[in-house]
Amino acid sequence: MRSGDLPSRRRRPPWRPPRSWWPRNLRARVILAFVVVAMVAATAASAAGYVAARASLVDETQRRAADSVRGQISRLAPEVEYPPDQEALDRLRTSLGENSLVTFEGLTAASGCALNLISDETRAAVAEGDRFTVQRVVDASGPKLVLATPILLTDVDGRQRDSGVEVYVVQDLAPTQAQLDRWTRIVVLTIAGALPLAVVLALLVSRSVLRPIQRLGHSANQLAAGNLSIRLTPSGRDELADLATTFNRTAAALERSVGELRHREAEARRFVADVSHELRTPIMALTSIMEMVEADARDRSPDDRELATMAVDRTRKLARLAEDLLELSRLDAGAVALRRELVDVAHVVADTVRTRGWDDDVDLVPTEPVLAQVDVRRLDISVANLVGNALRHGRPPVVVEVRTEADDVLVVVTDHGPGLPDDVDADQLFARFFKADSARAASDGSGLGLSITLVNAQLHGGTVSARTSEEAGAQFVLRLPRHLETEPGPDDGRRGRQDGETDEQA
Amino acid sequence: MSRILLIEDDHSVRVSLAKALGRYGHDVAAAPTGEEGLRLFVEHSAELVVLDLMLPTMDGFEVCRRIRAAGIVPIVMLTARGDDIDVVSGLESGADDYVVKPVEPRVIDARIRAVLRRGAPDRSGRSTAAYGDLVVDRASMTVTRAGHDVAMTPTELRLLLELSASPGQVLSRQQLLESVWEHSYLGDSRLVDNGVQRLRAKIEADPAAPVFIQTVRGFGYRFGPV
Repeated sequence: MRSGDLPSRRRRPPWRPPRSWWPRNLRARVILAFVVVAMVAATAASAAGYVAARASLVDETQRRAADSVRGQISRLAPEVEYPPDQEALDRLRTSLGENSLVTFEGLTAASGCALNLISDETRAAVAEGDRFTVQRVVDASGPKLVLATPILLTDVDGRQRDSGVEVYVVQDLAPTQAQLDRWTRIVVLTIAGALPLAVVLALLVSRSVLRPIQRLGHSANQLAAGNLSIRLTPSGRDELADLATTFNRTAAALERSVGELRHREAEARRFVADVSHELRTPIMALTSIMEMVEADARDRSPDDRELATMAVDRTRKLARLAEDLLELSRLDAGAVALRRELVDVAHVVADTVRTRGWDDDVDLVPTEPVLAQVDVRRLDISVANLVGNALRHGRPPVVVEVRTEADDVLVVVTDHGPGLPDDVDADQLFARFFKADSARAASDGSGLGLSITLVNAQLHGGTVSARTSEEAGAQFVLRLPRHLETEPGPDDGRRGRQDGETDEQA
Repeated sequence: MSRILLIEDDHSVRVSLAKALGRYGHDVAAAPTGEEGLRLFVEHSAELVVLDLMLPTMDGFEVCRRIRAAGIVPIVMLTARGDDIDVVSGLESGADDYVVKPVEPRVIDARIRAVLRRGAPDRSGRSTAAYGDLVVDRASMTVTRAGHDVAMTPTELRLLLELSASPGQVLSRQQLLESVWEHSYLGDSRLVDNGVQRLRAKIEADPAAPVFIQTVRGFGYRFGPV
């Protein structure tokens, strides 16, 4: 998942405010949700089972205690004479065991320390002739069961009547409680044991869900990086498989259209190469012939000489125009690779001016060497176009200055003419075949020079701009990044490695 | 007067260029195909070949390789395309210099003269100098390594002389272009790199680990120190 979608998720409607505890990571969310669900389910199941088992255990214990007391009483009651004396009560109580109480009117036989647990309500209930009461009480030593019953006498006619003897037995529930505690421990341990199991299962599930998503993300990244032949293998028939199929279709469509574009680009490039050859060959022949015609015309009439000079000039212009057109076509077709090398830009600019014979009309502002990684030929062409343009349309002296600004090198060409025409947008100047001065449309320029400079500047990652300078005429600024910290491109390998070492000046 | 072989398939270019070069005082033989060119090369015993790269059947690169295999006669390529790849391939096939069409015959003449000048004896400095087992004789323009003659094209020889004239000093590519190729304009530094590669193949025991001609990263080349 790209980090780029995060801000958009934060901008979701307010009904879903951001929660700090809710993890951003999909895997963590899946695991957390799974574990919570598993734990809730395990706890609920265990609790329900525990409650049911506990109830049945308690019931069973009470039933057994009551049965035991009832059995004892029904066995002992016939042996008691009525009305019983203290001795009889003591005997009865002894047979009932510890923690029991037998009363008959004013007489009491008691044993054990738990008898104070017998509540007044119990006593009242028994006194009112309630046949058998069972009460659960808890004191400091644990839960107890209080069983109480009056002893009934059966008359000869079969009717039962209260004998006035009341029996109370307190039974310790400790063993039962111990059993319940054991169960509680087992339940807690089971839930605790389920937690890691749930985590492991959640991991497995999240992996099986997330792996296709991860694969999809990886493939999408590859696609973005330009590997258009990447495809996913959809497995299964779920939504993720559908997604993979859609992805594959998208990638295939993308690959097809990019391939088509590349094909067209290659065609265009081939076309430029063919045109280049077809144009250059006849111009080459013309150039050779014109040179001889020009030489021969020296011995002819002035008219012939003028015609010859005109023919030579036009041939040169034709050659130049073809050259510029081809250069632009190559740039447009993307058939141009920069060949950066480390050079002194000031030196290159000086050479550009010198080799074109412009020394007399151009003032070079002296400067320290300005090192930069540029394509020398393209820099030369770009500067030559700017200076040539200034010489044609401005007035000398044309001042050329090389300086640095931040990580860029600037070549500033300023003429002393009238500046840019008022009705011309600076950007228009770089349009193809744009001529600012229609009266001088037949100038030496091809009308493509500034466009070529612009494209070359862009190829370097730089810019070129024009303005009317305050103190002089038009000013053109070519700005190129110096590219000092980066390694040259792979095509530079032929010329040995260059890494921008600048300390060795010969 | 030097004997030039012009190999160019286009009739008008071949005829006009041959005539124009003839006017500059060269003895020009012209061939329309590579095969014909190779035949004339021997017959005319050319001192320099001006070679168009785009030829029918046998292409210019192949002609270039064959001429280079036959000896040290310098080659100036004529390229019609602006494709850089052609220039690179041409230089790798053994060309000494190149011009891009369309070009005025006087420019080709200047290149021809510059290339031929590289083979002229060097009167400056010592006549013989030894660097390890490499011996350079400037008077007779011969180079021996471990006692064996090393056959060199004028360009390779001039490049070696230029570099070895100042051992230990770094020379930039543009400096070498000016002094060896006599390019007064901003030249193509690939000429230098290619020349150095060919020179290394001839004089270095291991061209991948050069002893004589060392690359100074980012700047140029240096001879030695041996």
